Amino acid sequence: MNMQRREALKAGGGLGLFGLLAAAGLITPSQARAEWNKSAFDAKTIEETLKALGATGAQSSTDIQITAPDIAENGAVVPVGVVSALAGVEVIALLIEKNPNPLAASFTLPAGTEASVQTRVKMGQTSDVIAVVKVGGKFIMTKKEIKVTLGGCGG
Amino acid sequence: MADPMKIRASAKDGITEVKVLMSHEMETGQRKDSSGNLVPAHFITELSAEHNGKQVLAAQFGTAVSKNPYLAFKFKGGAKGDKLAVSWMDNKGEKRTDEVAIN
Repeated sequence: MNMQRREALKAGGGLGLFGLLAAAGLITPSQARAEWNKSAFDAKTIEETLKALGATGAQSSTDIQITAPDIAENGAVVPVGVVSALAGVEVIALLIEKNPNPLAASFTLPAGTEASVQTRVKMGQTSDVIAVVKVGGKFIMTKKEIKVTLGGCGG
Repeated sequence: MADPMKIRASAKDGITEVKVLMSHEMETGQRKDSSGNLVPAHFITELSAEHNGKQVLAAQFGTAVSKNPYLAFKFKGGAKGDKLAVSWMDNKGEKRTDEVAIN
């Protein structure tokens, strides 16, 4: 864990920045602990990403919905939302199977924050989009295919 | 310094809905410029939203988040006039915090 933190800090070019921020009171210790998960974001496959997230063996579930268009005209800006009616959702991660690095974003929801996030992502090509949700200490997931007619990587 | 974020936070029936539009190029590090050189990655890695100083969302972004990232989420609580602050940090250590009053 410490090695990962060191790598993440190096990669950010901001060695010691967390310390400075924390000292300046700009970020709270709880935020400082939630370092950028480099191994998860650098993973090249869904399996590696799930492993890095500690979500290996996540079960498919219908309790999560992905709100996104079936066909995205512009792969550079694909609106994707994840909604779950389950209570006590702790983490929502958004994966795009055929991107060079599948993990697009992960959200940590403190108690009181609803399991409903929306963002926009880049997709290189038509792919399954996978939402992984941690609820009650367990991971569940769902997926949806989004067709891309114009890629998001300058293609 | 990056441009300010556009933040809209509205409270209704005990739920506050927050929409954030950040201004950031979100360079993936996989794109080449016109002379064929790779453009170095430059993207937001971490984001945090706080309601009156209490964290209501933490997010980690990868390079697949679109240019000028958009984010919407909801949390319980929040009243008109409360402070909502959003801060982000990118992989070069640049950071920005913006604050709005909930309406």
